Amino acid sequence: MTTALSVSKIAKQLGKKFPEAVIESGADSLLLKAESLLAVAEYLNTAPDLAFDYLNHVTATDYYDYFEVVYYLVSMKHNHGLVLKVRCYDRENPTLPSVVSLWRGADFQEREIYDLLGISFEGHPNLRRIVLWEGFEGHPLRKEFL
Amino acid sequence: MTTKEITIQTEPFVVNIGPVHPSTHGVFRMRTTLDGEVVVNMEPVFGYLHRGIEKLAEERTYGGCVPLTDRLDYLASMSNNMAYCLAVEKLAGIPVPERAEYIRVIMAELQRIASHLIAVGSFLNDCGAFMTPIVYMIREREKILDLFDMVCGQRLTYNYMRVGGVSQDIPEEFIPALKKFLKEMPGWINEYDRLLKQNEILLARSKGVGVLTKDLAINISASGPLLRGSGVEWDIRRADPYSIYDRFKFDIPTGTAGDCYDRYRVKVEEMRQSLRILEQALEGLPAGEVRSEVPHLVRPPAGEAYGHIEAPRGDLGFYLVSDGSIAPYRFHVRAPTLINLTALNDMMRGWKVADLIIIFGSIDICLAEVDR
Amino acid sequence: MEIEEVYSRQEIDEAEGRQINELIARSQTPIPDPDEWLDEKLKRNVLLTSVDAILNWGRRSSMWPVFCFPACCAFELITTAASRFDISRFGMEIIRASPRQADLMITAGTLTWKMAPQVKRIYDQMAEPKWVIAMGACAISGGIFRSSYSVVPGYNRIIPVDVYLPGCPPRPEALLYAISMIHKKVARRSLIQEGK
Repeated sequence: MTTALSVSKIAKQLGKKFPEAVIESGADSLLLKAESLLAVAEYLNTAPDLAFDYLNHVTATDYYDYFEVVYYLVSMKHNHGLVLKVRCYDRENPTLPSVVSLWRGADFQEREIYDLLGISFEGHPNLRRIVLWEGFEGHPLRKEFL
Repeated sequence: MTTKEITIQTEPFVVNIGPVHPSTHGVFRMRTTLDGEVVVNMEPVFGYLHRGIEKLAEERTYGGCVPLTDRLDYLASMSNNMAYCLAVEKLAGIPVPERAEYIRVIMAELQRIASHLIAVGSFLNDCGAFMTPIVYMIREREKILDLFDMVCGQRLTYNYMRVGGVSQDIPEEFIPALKKFLKEMPGWINEYDRLLKQNEILLARSKGVGVLTKDLAINISASGPLLRGSGVEWDIRRADPYSIYDRFKFDIPTGTAGDCYDRYRVKVEEMRQSLRILEQALEGLPAGEVRSEVPHLVRPPAGEAYGHIEAPRGDLGFYLVSDGSIAPYRFHVRAPTLINLTALNDMMRGWKVADLIIIFGSIDICLAEVDR
Repeated sequence: MEIEEVYSRQEIDEAEGRQINELIARSQTPIPDPDEWLDEKLKRNVLLTSVDAILNWGRRSSMWPVFCFPACCAFELITTAASRFDISRFGMEIIRASPRQADLMITAGTLTWKMAPQVKRIYDQMAEPKWVIAMGACAISGGIFRSSYSVVPGYNRIIPVDVYLPGCPPRPEALLYAISMIHKKVARRSLIQEGK
């Protein structure tokens, strides 16, 4: 059974290494600051007792005030999982760091989030539209589209 | 006689293996850069079947999204329905009766066999055995489609499962027909093995071709037969059991080398394991009702849930966000075939154009799920 | 990376995007169906000769479909071509990849605007005489996806359709009935009409 790790325990462990990264730890997910995402993700990937080597998926939602990007991480060795969330409050030009350098599986998924929601990812090698054609106006999954 | 050395100037050449091409995999485009006959780089372009299912689901009720999920991976519609219903039941906390769970498992495993038959058949079609294997396997698949026709009246997009169970009970003639199928099917799989397993041409064309190493497979979040062919024993039915899969005994076949031949063998062995699960499920099928009391318009409490299953093509998951109303606020499909495509470029470099088609066939994608 | 020297991805994508946007602007109304063969006046005034009869028999006995397999209906087409619902008994088991050698386009699946220029190109490359069966609800009117932002509401926006076949997906028996309707249409054709 993929056990969901206790979020408060991870938050405490992270709080010691990265003092201001964690904004809040909800019941089943961890909310991080956008700037510290890459550093925390690298720690979660390499720390031997956590070893999150498998990124299950990346997705994003448009809540009217902010965009929220969700990362589901799984560790194959220990069979436990964790949910990370990052929020982006800029509606005009939202940007977040990309995790492609750690988990290559995020490649097409981040391109799709860029295509359908308009969130750019810094550090992505090939950030272009993937399911819609160049020249399509707008980002369909935003709540103000159509 | 003196010989002169002539150097030929070559330059890389771009070939577009375009959206319309003679294989059954769908509208997928590969922009390949070739040096002679050898592939130097390959860029996949898709989106030719993007129908906006995620946006359409935001205007339909939770029960009304089930037909939309059918049309995602249309070769495994029962599995898609099951994953979606699982996610909604997790979100709203709806229990499922025992009989419905057993019926769901029977349908999901039959669907796995039907989907793998097409996957193996079209892989062999790409290898060069022009139509014979796929016609044999479609004949077996027709028997499974007759069973599905008996249950819900449809052959391809079933819309059979509902939130809280299944839509109607199985008729009386289903169980004898299923027993007859279970008696005959192992014989057919053995016949395919006799004809194909040690076939020289198949071995020469697919052994060692398109290797995906174990570390790369984990790094790109691969799942399904692609991951298991590379030697990682990760099956959602064992790692994160859903429904009643923890009651059944079955093995998880894995490959060793991560090449096309191993992925083919994993699929054939999975068909045998599915037959095993079907026999156990048929023995334990209890009586009872098939759907729990669910209001017509389901209103889950505000929150989010993620439900995932082991679909024939990989780890299919649905991420749902609810705001308390009758329609989902966000409906996201974790498409296994989209994520499996990430490593295609690495698998294809250095091989020839003919091998390209085989490698593409062995990862077994369904474009409707890639593009959604 | 090497590919930047050989071609520029950005340029190709932008050129195709412009092509797609132009096609959307051109296809705002459906193309009228070629149904003048049902016209009563024409039926009374045209006599089929034996030359016509032989030509029509030849054309309808071995119509070769062309590859056009976007989505789910494709699998009902493939099972129709397999051994249980054989279309080989109508002479149609050869599904030609090259449009020059095909006469029938069975559009099996949803059409999106991104794919539309390619389908139009394949249709234009087919040699006359050619026929189109719109198979499935998505091909007739966009089906369950009609209100989506990227789906063409029916193939008759970009190519003229002869037979509409409803179903989602239509059963193989229904596809065989649609094929027999096309055969009936071909049987009534006359050389005089082809001058039009």
